[in-house]
Amino acid sequence: MRYEDFKDNEYIDSLVEQLNASGVNVVVGKLDQLLNWSRSNSLWPFCFGTSCCAIEFMCLGAARYDMARFGAEVARNSPRQADYIMCQGTITYRMAPVLKRLYEQMAEPKYVIACGACTVSGGPFKNSYCVVKGIDEIIPVDVYLPGCPPRPEAMFYALMQLQRKIKVTRFLGGANRKEKRMEYVPEDK
Amino acid sequence: MFDFRTVTSWLHELLLSWMPAWLTTTVECVLVAVFLLLAYSVLAMIYIMYERWVCGWIQCRRGPICVGPWGSLQIFADVFKILTKEIITLWYTDKFLFFLAPFLVVMASVLTFACLPWGKGLQFIDFNIGAFFIIAVSSIGVLGILLAGWSSNSKYTLIGAMRSGAQMISYELSVGISVLTMVCLAGTMSITGIVEAQQDGWFIFKGHLPAIIAFVIYIVAANAENNRGPFDLPEAEHELTAGYHTEYSGIHYGLFYLAEYLNLFVVSGIAALLFLGGWMPLHIPGWDGFNTVMDYIPSTLWFLGKAFFMTFIFMWIRWSFPRVRIDQMLALEWRYLMPIGLVNLVVMAIVVTQSWHF
Amino acid sequence: MCPQAQFDTVDGLLQVTVDDALWHALALQLKNDLHFDQLSCLAGVDWKDAIGVVYYLTNTESQEMLHVKVATTDRDKPMLHSVSDIWAVANYQEREAYDFFGIIFIGHPDMRRFFLRNDWVGHPLRKDYDTNPELNPIRLDDEQNEDYTCSYIEDADGKVKKVDGKVFEDDEYVINVGPQHPSTHGVLRYRVSLDGEMVKKVDVVSGYIHRGIEKMCESLTYPQTLLYTERMDYMAAHINRHCLCMCIERALGIEVPRRAELIRLMMDELMRLSSHLLSYGCLTMDQGATTAFFYGFRERELIYDIFDRTCGARMSMSYSTIGGVVADVHPDFVKDVRHACDVIEKNLKEYHQLFTGNVIARNRMVGVGVLGKEDAINYCITGPSGRASGVHCDVRKTHPYSLYNEFDFDEVIRTEGDSMARYMVRMDEMVQSIKILRQACDKFEQCEGNEYIAEKVPKMIKLPAGHWYQQVEASRGAFGVYLESDGDPKPFQKPYRLHFQSPCFNLIGVVDLTCRDNMIADLITITASIDFVIPDIDR
Repeated sequence: MRYEDFKDNEYIDSLVEQLNASGVNVVVGKLDQLLNWSRSNSLWPFCFGTSCCAIEFMCLGAARYDMARFGAEVARNSPRQADYIMCQGTITYRMAPVLKRLYEQMAEPKYVIACGACTVSGGPFKNSYCVVKGIDEIIPVDVYLPGCPPRPEAMFYALMQLQRKIKVTRFLGGANRKEKRMEYVPEDK
Repeated sequence: MFDFRTVTSWLHELLLSWMPAWLTTTVECVLVAVFLLLAYSVLAMIYIMYERWVCGWIQCRRGPICVGPWGSLQIFADVFKILTKEIITLWYTDKFLFFLAPFLVVMASVLTFACLPWGKGLQFIDFNIGAFFIIAVSSIGVLGILLAGWSSNSKYTLIGAMRSGAQMISYELSVGISVLTMVCLAGTMSITGIVEAQQDGWFIFKGHLPAIIAFVIYIVAANAENNRGPFDLPEAEHELTAGYHTEYSGIHYGLFYLAEYLNLFVVSGIAALLFLGGWMPLHIPGWDGFNTVMDYIPSTLWFLGKAFFMTFIFMWIRWSFPRVRIDQMLALEWRYLMPIGLVNLVVMAIVVTQSWHF
Repeated sequence: MCPQAQFDTVDGLLQVTVDDALWHALALQLKNDLHFDQLSCLAGVDWKDAIGVVYYLTNTESQEMLHVKVATTDRDKPMLHSVSDIWAVANYQEREAYDFFGIIFIGHPDMRRFFLRNDWVGHPLRKDYDTNPELNPIRLDDEQNEDYTCSYIEDADGKVKKVDGKVFEDDEYVINVGPQHPSTHGVLRYRVSLDGEMVKKVDVVSGYIHRGIEKMCESLTYPQTLLYTERMDYMAAHINRHCLCMCIERALGIEVPRRAELIRLMMDELMRLSSHLLSYGCLTMDQGATTAFFYGFRERELIYDIFDRTCGARMSMSYSTIGGVVADVHPDFVKDVRHACDVIEKNLKEYHQLFTGNVIARNRMVGVGVLGKEDAINYCITGPSGRASGVHCDVRKTHPYSLYNEFDFDEVIRTEGDSMARYMVRMDEMVQSIKILRQACDKFEQCEGNEYIAEKVPKMIKLPAGHWYQQVEASRGAFGVYLESDGDPKPFQKPYRLHFQSPCFNLIGVVDLTCRDNMIADLITITASIDFVIPDIDR
């Protein structure tokens, strides 16, 4: 697939228009571009696999697909050091608070890819009594990636889509934090 | 061979000619610091990419190739990103110690880094107890790691830090002993002295069996002191998620990362210095033509080449060996490496006194 | 032996229906006198008028099986006697039944919920379960740790009283491994009590990927239920699906064409190869040898290519169906399989050179996490982990299904029972799988007829009333399907109860046993060598 054919995303295009319409200072704009370039090219995933999709994610990291080519092989196991969470696999009611907490533990800027049918909508388990019908009920999602499980090529597509999305965000002069951090008060204090 | 001292002394004279002596010293200090930090960060970046490519090559992958030509801009992307990443402050932790820890780790590696002989006459710190100084300052790093683990207020980091404390303090002994063995052969602790002593042959060739044993011990112990596989227990990813730096984010984590790779360069550099002749070109006695050609290669290249070669060995070990367990690691040090090292030191002393070496 | 019990023969197996009061004594007799030492399956069933449990027992010497039905009519507070003191595997199995049906097991040491949150309302697999989502919304508050447990003890007068217990003492240093941890291979969670680096106790908390497959199956037609078998143990997708297909085919009395059976068998073996390669990769990576992981994955891609060409998917193939397979194989199938066999056989040597002979690897694995033969039987450990402890438990040999009795292959058995043995059994089984595949390739080429699906599969699948149990050898052990049908004459018949007896569920039973008094690094090695797939545990 050529890169030009790739530009089929109206949502991102409208974002670009919006950004261009407001107009930015040249220096700030260039600096922003640099930052966006660096962020989009250095996406360190957080290893978060609950089921089948995780195996395909491993294939993504393994020799044939090798996501290291795009600098995304530094999979971090600590949420504090990761840039995006590729949620691979069903999220159940029991897992939901854990996922939310992991998301909150990540440092800004952080992105979420909902990988696989289960995370997009509940997938084959939509009728279950304890499956979350799409992780966007819990955490904000940047890219939805359908498939059961998605092929590694599709995962690359999601990754590229995320990169394009990052490239149109604004760091300087925009809001740096998407949501307020929850106040945490332990019970004994 | 070009002696870099001509440049430094020329600069010194130049500055002295229109400045008072104290100002000259200050200016020179600042210049040295700037060069040192510059070299430090550039090398760290090169090293990170080096490791990623070598690791990819060993694992039948391509490694980072898409960002910039052959992936050369990948590291810049990483650096800019990590600089602008949020730094998370934790509640109910000792914030001062928490923020101090990464800087302690970096400081230790900068100080050791400054001792390396970069080329003929090109050295930041050079005095008569150089080898001793290296051993001394490199142990500051363990403090930083212990603090990082303890001040994060998390059970995983604490276990990581405790492991690291036990590991680094034990293996420091072996590193020290093998350095001492080579000091014994060189007859001086001065870094320049050690390099000069290898003019007619590198120590690994000159020192017979004891030098080779010391070399092997050094490789094992340096790997362990550096927290690199197979001794990466303090940050054992699959046991402790990310070990002592689990709670660090943004540039603080970046500093740990930086120090880890620079330490890799430092231990490879020290190996090159002690065993492979520092910046000394390869000389084979009797082959005058060959020796002259070798002399034409700049000394800095010689040093970097040797360090990179050593690093390659370290990486090779890291990516092919499984991780040892904590008790096996301690047993290896206290039951094998240290006694062998001590005996080796005595043997080396005998070799030197009897002049059995080449 | 027990005059009050009722004996019938259902589906070729002896069925014993016994009253709960006599069950415990009968169970002891069955185990001690008749040597039924393995509890293969425990499925809770809600028969509307009664609630109860079906036990499948195996005699590990003669490989005979029988099943026992125990039920109670008290729906408000159903109580049965626990057999966890007789068969250790019943410990977690009964907790599952408690979670799903609310059956309280008298004498069970640890009666906590297993899959669902502590604050869950109701027992979902009961037929009268209230599905109102307001009762059980998505709760985003953190679940409180269950440090307290309870058990129900019967005193001499037959009165049952509740006794509180504790999982961990207050002064224990408990660390939490999981649910999000790189080496739990998913979302399993252990709470590990540590003494320095030594593990004192492991409490397994499961259910983070419990998706309620068994309940959902009750509202789907038979062909639809096939889908879920592939999402449980995704590393044995074909094998699990094969099992459910066989179970339904047996109930319907369908004969599968030989070609289809061969295709299924080859797919099963390819799946096993792929699964063992993955467990090699994960085991080595968990021990820090990252490169070996990449080697394992390199060869898996070959197998994925075969799946991809024939089934159009890499992982969840949806290939087997009731009566055969959904489509014929790709024309190059046999060639590809032979090629994959050659490559993997050649590269297995490389794996051994890279990892098996390594002194660090040997030190990490030899003698670590020893599981004795008796424990393995008692905890119903099957598959490579069971065979590493010397149990003769390969379903392909003990209860040959499909065409396995036509093939010449060895059951790999080791006696050491340590992590190294479990690892080596997998490596050796790969060789056996290649051997089977090669023979299958020959047979496939000689096979006459090109039917890949039986002709007389009805469009609407309706099973007669009754229950069936089918076992296959999945890549991690014996996978069983308990299928109960009420013989509903309406179209779109749905299974009354479908229970999947997954091998990994039993494997977690031994985590505490094997990890105790080992180091925390050994915990990782042992769990990696036991090798479970979490969605298979939780279903």
